[in-house]
Amino acid sequence: MSAPDRTADAADASPPGTGDAVPPGATSPAGAAPLARWWARRAVSAVVVVWGAATLAFVGLHLLPGDPARLIAGGGSLNGTSPQVLRLIDRQYDFDRPLYAQYGHFLGQLVHGRLGTSYQLGRPVTKVIADQLGATLAVAGGAAVLGFALALLLALGTAGRPRARAVASAVELVLVSTPGFWIGVLLLSVFSFRLHLFPVLGNDGPRSLVLPWVTMALPIGGALSLVMREGLERALDQPFAFTALTRGVGPGRLRLRHALRHALLPVLTLSGWMLGQLLGGVVVVETVFARSGIGQVTLSAVNGRDFPVVTGVVVLAAITYVVISTAVDLLARLVDPRLRAVPR
Amino acid sequence: MTDPTRRATSAGVAPPPARAAARPRRRGPLRPGLLAAAAFLAVVLLAVARPGLFAAHPDATDPVNALRGPGAGHLFGTDQLGRDVYARVVYGARTSVVLGISSTVLAAAVGAAWGLLAGLGGRVVDEVAMRVADVLMALPGTLTALLVVASLGPSARNVAVAVAVSLAPGFARVVRVQTLVVKEAGYVRAATVLGLPARAVVLRHVVPNVLPPLLVLATMNVGQCMIVGSSLSFLGLGPQPPAPEWGSMLSQARDYLQVDWALGVFPGAAVTLTVICVGVVGREVQARYEGRGRG
Repeated sequence: MSAPDRTADAADASPPGTGDAVPPGATSPAGAAPLARWWARRAVSAVVVVWGAATLAFVGLHLLPGDPARLIAGGGSLNGTSPQVLRLIDRQYDFDRPLYAQYGHFLGQLVHGRLGTSYQLGRPVTKVIADQLGATLAVAGGAAVLGFALALLLALGTAGRPRARAVASAVELVLVSTPGFWIGVLLLSVFSFRLHLFPVLGNDGPRSLVLPWVTMALPIGGALSLVMREGLERALDQPFAFTALTRGVGPGRLRLRHALRHALLPVLTLSGWMLGQLLGGVVVVETVFARSGIGQVTLSAVNGRDFPVVTGVVVLAAITYVVISTAVDLLARLVDPRLRAVPR
Repeated sequence: MTDPTRRATSAGVAPPPARAAARPRRRGPLRPGLLAAAAFLAVVLLAVARPGLFAAHPDATDPVNALRGPGAGHLFGTDQLGRDVYARVVYGARTSVVLGISSTVLAAAVGAAWGLLAGLGGRVVDEVAMRVADVLMALPGTLTALLVVASLGPSARNVAVAVAVSLAPGFARVVRVQTLVVKEAGYVRAATVLGLPARAVVLRHVVPNVLPPLLVLATMNVGQCMIVGSSLSFLGLGPQPPAPEWGSMLSQARDYLQVDWALGVFPGAAVTLTVICVGVVGREVQARYEGRGRG
């Protein structure tokens, strides 16, 4: 069994090796610094993603049946509004122009960072979003930090320890399988209604942030810990771990200083993805805890067919994705020196 | 038997993913867990097919006995209208499970077509199909599903469609990669050289070899679909009351938690247990499939 196994491993090990051998200069015939090229490529893909998302939202929303002028006129009234008023609204919001002209106008505004005016609130969409962004960032950011810390604790504590890992992996399965809104309802029921430790609803004060943080952090922690332990165990299996032990490095230091770096790369990729997903998760969490924020803006825009706000949220999500994936790539180069040799 | 250090040396920095994924198989204590999970899923499926076997009258109101905690008459207690929570949890299984499965199937079908088109169509088709997938995948899945269901209008069917839309691009990517691999395989080239019409090559040789990994991935995804689906109904975008659904039951329970804590427990436990069991069974399916592939 061992002989074919070894050849397969050798074959698998070679691609990263050859990748490392490529000198940085060889891949940039234009003579530009690899890092500048990397940034340029990033910028192009960022523009494509934001434009794509905005276009998708624009097309999707304009394919919907229904007359937006009637929505703006209010009440979803079917025949209450006079045709004159509707025509006035059509003119004011450009609904009377052909779709391609509206799209052109929309893109032009987008380039200048304008997203139009909310139908429901009558205020610029960028203002509406900017006002609520802080509250949502506080929830999502804290939850991400807490989730990562939880994963670190779970993974570092249980990697390579059979009994602890069995317990931890059961815990992780439960965490990953529990819907966020149920965690929220349970926490509310115990800590707010029974023990009166935290407020039941609202945005005031850091105390109101604790339960939303925990609610969002638990599933994140579960998923990250799963991947992190997998990586830690793979690293601890390798000869360098043994070498470090023979040099007299303690087991704790071995995990923190030596194995963790190897385990972090897949964790980074996953946490980038999860951070992006948080923007979806906040809709649920803000509903459970009756907090204001981007999630509530999204929900009321979506229910009230406030198209400019919906489009704005989609653009915000695309920008978030771009920022996160760029940050993840930069961090990956920090964590894994081999990636620095290959500009990509 | 094998020398562990030597094996590890040759494994280098990037061990083959198959080995990493196969690891859960070595966790011994999962066996009884697997049996329990399968048994629970069987019960859930029975409740989906014949809810009448377990309970009756999920919609019968009894205001006098509203918001009673769990007790002899009502196993899980009663809700704000005096409806039996146990009966509603049982009848809610159908909505949630059908939603999870139908959205997965729909996403797999759309993803398969999308990925095959990208993999077999020319460069331009591939480029367009994959860039659209990229953009969709840049948005959080819950947000995409939320937008879709809100535009179509709240209902159980539309939630399934919405969840499928948010999942399909991921499936399409997997299918595309698998298609590109299979397309270059010896047997496909041989079939082409032997003069089989292109359609026959695709239907008889490419498709059957592309689908199995997709099916494994889909099994793993049923649970997540149920979570997203019930989240949407929690937000009020799913099947409308009085239809029993786990997510919307919890959303109503939120307003009565102060009076009756039990309301917030059972529907959530039902979702979570079902998703856990789907996960356990799904992992086993994946491990078996990968074991077969390597052996």
